[in-house]
Amino acid sequence: MIDWFLTLWNSLPDWLQIGVWNLLKIIVVVLPLMICVAYLTYAERKIIGYMQVRIGPNRVGPRGWLQPIADALKLMMKEIVLPTRSDRFLFLLAPVLSLGPALAAWAVIPFTDKLVIANIDAGLLYVLALTSVGVYGIIVAGWASNSKYAFLGAMRSAAQIVAYEIAMGFALVGVLMVAGSLNLVQIVQHQAGGLHQWFMWPLFPLFIVYFISGVAETNRAPFDVAEGESEIIGFHVEYSGMAFAVFFLAEYANMILIAALTSIMFLGGWYSPIGAYLPTALLDIPVIGWLLGDGVHWLLIKISIVLFFFLWLRATYPRYRYDQIMRLGWKVLIPVTLIWVVVIGMVKFFTPFGFIMS
Amino acid sequence: MAKAIRHFFKTFLLLEMIQGLAVTGRHLFAPKITVQYPEQKTPKSPRFRGLHALRRYANGEERCIACKLCEVVCPALAITIDVAEREDGSRRTTRYEIDLFKCIYCGFCEEVCPVDSIVETDLHEYHFEARGENIMTKEKLLSIGDRYEARIAVAKAADAPYR
Amino acid sequence: MTFEQVVVYLISAVMLVSAALVVTMRNPVKAVLSLVLTFFSAASLWITLEAEFLAISLVLVYVGAVMVLFLFVVMMLDINQAELRAGFTNYLPLGGVVAVLMVVEIILVLKGREYSGLQLASEQLRGPGYSNTRELGAIIYTHYIYPFEIVGFVLLVAIVGSIALTFRRRTVSRYQKPSVQIHTTKAERLRVVKMTTQRVDLTTPEEFVPTTPIQTTPTQKAEEEST
Repeated sequence: MIDWFLTLWNSLPDWLQIGVWNLLKIIVVVLPLMICVAYLTYAERKIIGYMQVRIGPNRVGPRGWLQPIADALKLMMKEIVLPTRSDRFLFLLAPVLSLGPALAAWAVIPFTDKLVIANIDAGLLYVLALTSVGVYGIIVAGWASNSKYAFLGAMRSAAQIVAYEIAMGFALVGVLMVAGSLNLVQIVQHQAGGLHQWFMWPLFPLFIVYFISGVAETNRAPFDVAEGESEIIGFHVEYSGMAFAVFFLAEYANMILIAALTSIMFLGGWYSPIGAYLPTALLDIPVIGWLLGDGVHWLLIKISIVLFFFLWLRATYPRYRYDQIMRLGWKVLIPVTLIWVVVIGMVKFFTPFGFIMS
Repeated sequence: MAKAIRHFFKTFLLLEMIQGLAVTGRHLFAPKITVQYPEQKTPKSPRFRGLHALRRYANGEERCIACKLCEVVCPALAITIDVAEREDGSRRTTRYEIDLFKCIYCGFCEEVCPVDSIVETDLHEYHFEARGENIMTKEKLLSIGDRYEARIAVAKAADAPYR
Repeated sequence: MTFEQVVVYLISAVMLVSAALVVTMRNPVKAVLSLVLTFFSAASLWITLEAEFLAISLVLVYVGAVMVLFLFVVMMLDINQAELRAGFTNYLPLGGVVAVLMVVEIILVLKGREYSGLQLASEQLRGPGYSNTRELGAIIYTHYIYPFEIVGFVLLVAIVGSIALTFRRRTVSRYQKPSVQIHTTKAERLRVVKMTTQRVDLTTPEEFVPTTPIQTTPTQKAEEEST
């Protein structure tokens, strides 16, 4: 059977082999991601419920585990309402435009030093470029809806995303100054050697700024003016059914992406926080050693913790007013990052403490 | 100046933000107060105003004397009453209908009734499956009254001192 | 034809079509979106040439920032198509001259190099371990350091200049200042007034006279006196 597959595989032309192989790699990343998105909505409802002294969904399936599947089925059954005189093509293209970059950015995310779809040198820039492309989905959605409210909502959301992108970019400038590389694998490898080596410590203000801008980038609470239906209408008012669900997917996929990037840039990626301090004999024990040592499971744990913070923030803070969002982005976060970038440069080149930063 | 410095540190160390997170973090582990509805139910007051019923006296005679006070007092105009004389010469309703789509469950009909005939029971779990079922006819109301008389009597007795 | 060549021709075709759409689209928003697609195709072409840094910078700067602002402006405008097309024949000679000039310039630049057909960057040409990003950085920050710095400075001047030209303080509009609002404290906004409680006899409302006068706090008294 295996031989048969191998001969079949080798008989394929070269370009088909490359195509199929890359397609398989994409599926292996995207499919679990979609399942994670579905269960992130479930986790969100459960965690926020618990924080509000409620129980959360517990009716569909045991303990409510089938709730996201039921939600997905419901949204698929619903009609996609096309507003009159809207631009059909762009209206339906917009959700795809917002989901696409969120998925494409995963191409350069290193799960371990070997497990990465594309280990490119400008990985960090690639991620920045793709997150900045995500804003098109929002603008196009607002414009194609042929609705003043959707249009205004799109303007607000787009302005918010553009503003926070700058703070985010500057935070990453700090990371690449310390790591000395744009390659995500090398950035993580720079943080090898346990908890104290993580970039989180020398770059603590940037870490906080990056996380806050990440929350604002993904239009999550407390920056979710797009969802504040009672005071301000968002860009997706006219969307229903699966078209809306794709926006929803994009938001959650972006959340997971930001969490993954935070883990990679600041929390040591796949490196174990404690493995470096333990004696090597302990790490050679089959199961425990694997659990305590470096590996993809640590990255997943870190992503989960960052995502938990996303949900925790949503359960805690009231929504920002729009002008306050803009003030925070332009007048607080960007100056903080600028100052810290200068501080990093100073420390790295003019003081004997440069070793902290390298 | 001192105030500005204090404010600066307070905001940039995110002190109040952390306090907020601590509150929700504590509640994450607090016992949950959700009532799992179909299995668990909250207690109901004897004054609860649910589905309507027409009551009878202990000898089986219907209480309603067709005085039409309820029809007059109903703010939603949900009650329709037709009157005729019965063979024994007493004044009785030939038609007593409540449109539950119009009814706002204010309880005025119950308050105004001189013979405690129309009452609102504590039943609130009911539904309609076809058009027209929302009209509660006299037969339906009387049968509800017959079926739940014990409960109604207990509830009315409990509330009687406050009337 | 290899797989890479197929990809290159495909992307080039998309780029040419979308570039043509930019000038033929009736709707300006769609024209801008076609321009975005053109930039994307250009970036993809650069990636096939292993110039990944340039490609990604193109997406980051043009698609991610410049075109978003373009789109913002174009969406806000109410452009009259007929008016725009009115002077088409008048501008045609000038436009034609510019187009011909650009074609000539491109030919001049490309002439003298060996571009016989499609030549893709390959490991054999570049050698293993070649990093376009590194090479680009090395050349910009050594050989071209002064032009690079001057360009940066010119851009800064342009930013400051554009802000200085367009910024005018509105005196008529009333708006909230979030930074002032944030700096308020509880003491500034909230005053707790202590009052003595009193019992009122509800049975005889018409004879109701407060038995004791309402106690005021010192601050309130002071305010009352000042007014």
